[in-house]
Amino acid sequence: MGAWARERTRSPTLIDMADDVALLLRRAGYGPISTELAAARAAGYEATVASLTAPTGPDVGASSTPIPSLGPDPFSMLPKNATTAQRAVAADKRWRQTQTLTQWWLDRLTMADHQAREKFVFFWHGHWATSVRKVIRPKLMLRQHRTLRSTFDFSAMAHRMVRDPALIYWLDGQLNTRSAPNENLGRELMELFMLGIGTYTERDVKEAGRALTGWRLDYDAATSFLHPASADRGRKTILGTTRDFDTDGLVDFLLTQEACPRFLASRLWFRYASATEPIPEATRERMVAAFPDTMAMLRVLLVDEAFLATGGKLVKQPVEWLVGAMRQLGLRPGSLPPDTLLLVIDGLERLGQLPFAPPSVGGWPAGTAWLTAGAAQVRLGLANRFAKQAVTDRLTPESLANLLAVDTWTNRTYAAMKGVSDTPTLLVLGLASPEYLVT
Amino acid sequence: MDALTRRKFLLASGVVGGGAIVAGAAGLGIAELLDTAAKAPKEETAKTGKLVIVTLYGGNDGLNTVIPYGDQRYYAARPELAYQPEKVLRLDGALGLNPMMPGLKRLWDEKRLAIALGVGYPKPDRSHFRSMDIWQSASPSGPVETGWVGRWLDGTNAAPEAAVSFESVLPPLLAGETRTGACVSTGGLRLPDGLTTDMLAQLGRSQPEESPAQARAAAAYADLIKVDQLVKHAEQTASTPGLEDVMELPATGTGGSSTLAAELSLIAKCIEVGVPTQVYSVSLGGFDTHAEERAGHERLLRQLDQALSGFATRMARTEAGQRVMVVVYSEFGRRVRANASDGTDHGTAGPVFVLGPSVAGGFYGEQPSLSDLDDGDLKATMDFRDIFGTALAAVLDAEPARYLHGYEAEILPLIPPS
Repeated sequence: MGAWARERTRSPTLIDMADDVALLLRRAGYGPISTELAAARAAGYEATVASLTAPTGPDVGASSTPIPSLGPDPFSMLPKNATTAQRAVAADKRWRQTQTLTQWWLDRLTMADHQAREKFVFFWHGHWATSVRKVIRPKLMLRQHRTLRSTFDFSAMAHRMVRDPALIYWLDGQLNTRSAPNENLGRELMELFMLGIGTYTERDVKEAGRALTGWRLDYDAATSFLHPASADRGRKTILGTTRDFDTDGLVDFLLTQEACPRFLASRLWFRYASATEPIPEATRERMVAAFPDTMAMLRVLLVDEAFLATGGKLVKQPVEWLVGAMRQLGLRPGSLPPDTLLLVIDGLERLGQLPFAPPSVGGWPAGTAWLTAGAAQVRLGLANRFAKQAVTDRLTPESLANLLAVDTWTNRTYAAMKGVSDTPTLLVLGLASPEYLVT
Repeated sequence: MDALTRRKFLLASGVVGGGAIVAGAAGLGIAELLDTAAKAPKEETAKTGKLVIVTLYGGNDGLNTVIPYGDQRYYAARPELAYQPEKVLRLDGALGLNPMMPGLKRLWDEKRLAIALGVGYPKPDRSHFRSMDIWQSASPSGPVETGWVGRWLDGTNAAPEAAVSFESVLPPLLAGETRTGACVSTGGLRLPDGLTTDMLAQLGRSQPEESPAQARAAAAYADLIKVDQLVKHAEQTASTPGLEDVMELPATGTGGSSTLAAELSLIAKCIEVGVPTQVYSVSLGGFDTHAEERAGHERLLRQLDQALSGFATRMARTEAGQRVMVVVYSEFGRRVRANASDGTDHGTAGPVFVLGPSVAGGFYGEQPSLSDLDDGDLKATMDFRDIFGTALAAVLDAEPARYLHGYEAEILPLIPPS
């Protein structure tokens, strides 16, 4: 039995249970769809956490949305003396490849049955935040995406990511050599990916940068390889330990630092529980015990009583809002008319969360940063487009709450819906409501 | 833009401390912004300088904006894209404005438009992100994590509303170490069919016992309505003699006000009612004209021209508007020679517009030569930090070197001593 149940002071009523399960599904996945919520309520909280974090059975939705193969990078096909026109055509093809990738991922996020797994991949994309805007080559972004899917064991993930071509290029790792060290990747590895700020010195950053020297990229093959002559084989002192650190040696060493699992626990808390309240120490310790299996860390978080106490305080990220809405309305990005799909992608960009294009290596913003008046206008436009596409029965405010897995409407939202009889308008109001935007 | 936005986004992502600062500032609504006017002493705010920074994202084609119509090499380099001398709005015997910019031509004739020529920085970088980084951080030598306005916010312990952006995401320009500008997003209200302003007003009410985040989600709708009312009000007050000329300029065809015009209207309103904000940041995107440049570029310039000239005219009429300076820049110009797709690729130096009621109009600096090129690109004749440095000194009463990483700016006589 999990801590959340053990430490509850009163026996949960059926209603409490139902609300907790809805919160769980909203946080761990997208939506949810009312049938998913009904099944989860029947199964109970703990069983739902178990099936979310360790799904059994095939993921039919994922199988129906296979990862696209992009083919070669359009620029690799160009002759050395390509004309400007040829280069423009290649640039356009790259743009199309990025569109293909973005559309596919939105489709996959919507269709996947193993929702918690898909959302976790999105979490890791935000953690190792890499943008196609600098990387330029969609093929490298796809390669990184496959790597992020390949394991949730943080040890394996970290070793794979330090040699990931897109991440290397994003942080100028291919320019980091023995004779001209570049500390970009070393700094972010410690600050943003593995340890968290304040756990190391500037000298540690420089020394970590030296340990990461010598990587080069084969753009056509979308691979990285070590060029021994450019690698710094000398001794480095990192966090008080002096060794001949190389890339894997550095990663192994950082993985043994106490700060590493503690940092990851706080990042999971930040995205799944609260972006404003700090993680309680007891919760953090329970999560740290599950390291390096990050899905297990998430499972520990989801059954923690502190997690349940964060209900109603987490702002949905734009992708969460959009994918959740499409699932609940029975829409999928892959079946939208082309102009609507373009509008969706443009809308996400204007909301500040276009997949494969995070604003910086620090990842996506969070909290009330998403809730500007400008964003409200964009959301209204998207909600309207979805409401027109959706085929639903005639709705009442109550059946709408059920459809959108909202516990209850506040008086204000009831007042806004009062007298509204046409279904699309009701849908827009529901999707735009503060109760739907904050979970 | 990574290195520069980094600090800001790290803050926003909660990776480092100070999340509360950003959340508070980023969540500033237009209503709260306007409320700051009530608390500020009117006489004071009317006298303080205001800087409006307009960023043209994508790399504006400077040679087709301020056109060297007297130079045959211009016609030789881009025969399909060049404007014939009779079309150009002539500024002197050599240079003229793009025909889409009659509003700015009028300001030029009134000596309220300054054009700095050949503006750039040493060792030009052709990456959008890196070059925009350089302009916004005012640090050509290497990436830093703050914008020059952000550093000014740090240095003056500025209030959250001291610098305001109407862009949807806070620009690096306004990111400081300890402070950031406030992001007030608006694009005017466009309601889906069936939805009424009353319904939206209902959604915009906060409820007892709801979380601050949920209350903020509601407030965004209230803001949206207020912004819309302000813009509408601004448009009504704009229909007075003087501005009508601007409004009657070549119709946009598709109708409707551009977002930039709406944002500048809002800024005008803020300035008129005495909001103590000193720096405003707005932007217009789409200048990355690699192909089929003519139509798209003309549409953007027309939009820019109408928005800027309308704003300048309105500012000239009020006391609070007298110390307003508008600076319009882009991360780079385009290459001199057109490419094979009737567009232009990333280049280097370009013109910067500076305008306002007290700005001394005319040309500043020297038009780069079309015969002395650097690998097909214009050679910069002025460092952009001289313009930003002048703005710091003349508008914000600040010491330029302190906020430009020690760069000793040449102060341009853009604002004559009164």
